[in-house]
Amino acid sequence: MSAAVDQHDVHNSHDGHEAAHEHPSDAKYIQIALILGVITAVEVAAFYIEDTLGGLLMPSLLVMMAMKFFIVVAWFMHLRFDIKVFTILLVSGLILAVGVYSAAMSTFEFFA
Amino acid sequence: MSMTDVAKSETTVDHAGGHQTTTGVSNEKMAMWVFLGSECLLFGAFISTFLLYRDRSVKVGPEVADLYDIPFTSVSSFVLLMSSLTMVLALSGIQRGDHHRARTWLLTTGLLGATFVAGQVYEFTTFYKEGLGFTTNLQSSAFYTLTGFHGVHVTIGVLMLISLYVMSLRGKLPTERAETVEIVGLYWHFVDVVWILIFTIVYLIK
Repeated sequence: MSAAVDQHDVHNSHDGHEAAHEHPSDAKYIQIALILGVITAVEVAAFYIEDTLGGLLMPSLLVMMAMKFFIVVAWFMHLRFDIKVFTILLVSGLILAVGVYSAAMSTFEFFA
Repeated sequence: MSMTDVAKSETTVDHAGGHQTTTGVSNEKMAMWVFLGSECLLFGAFISTFLLYRDRSVKVGPEVADLYDIPFTSVSSFVLLMSSLTMVLALSGIQRGDHHRARTWLLTTGLLGATFVAGQVYEFTTFYKEGLGFTTNLQSSAFYTLTGFHGVHVTIGVLMLISLYVMSLRGKLPTERAETVEIVGLYWHFVDVVWILIFTIVYLIK
């Protein structure tokens, strides 16, 4: 199956504005899934070599988690290709959640 | 312009797949993104509660971390991760008008989701047999609430996928309604993303 067939164009017409975007091919999706699988495997491996990694374990796990998060959101949820409003909606929720719960957890840490 | 005209214009989809709404995008898709933004707060609350109680000393029952079966949970995580792949393949199929292919991937996604939920039921049963109930201690309550709520989300996703499969079988999911699959897909991927966070924060980071 050609990439041209796999690619899907969506034209969004509104007030004369036309924003076209393409979704990746199936092969690209499989490639992304493989990358996600490899990162997961590395995460689990890192967990088992905790003694070797020492203080690097937590930062490396958090970095890998963030990588997986952004890959899924950008490619599988198509935020990379969709209009910015959707990104703003998700990021707003994330920022609000991180802000509110960081404040709440700090309160427990310092005043409990 | 009358209210009826406005209502009609808000639901019109042009021939190119665009939407003549006030925002220029489908209202349903916009609503799903707003919902997912709000879900960040829901799961944020559960994750922070778990983090708060994880380090508290446990006086009754075992520690949650002592019962984790990392190889088993890793496989479950991989299964859920791959279900995101099958979900995008289902969307890709219906967007191309290949309904048989779309149905196959929808069913596969549902089965992978059901496998994940089955794994979670098995994990909960094992933990319970080890003496860790929902009310055993604060740690266990926080753990079961967080992972249980996620499990409920996956179960709802599986039900939506089965509904799409049945709709497609009955011919009620034409290519023009590919966006319905995309919206369910957004929900599904979000559930996967939440598990990515839970797997690392709850299971892997000690």
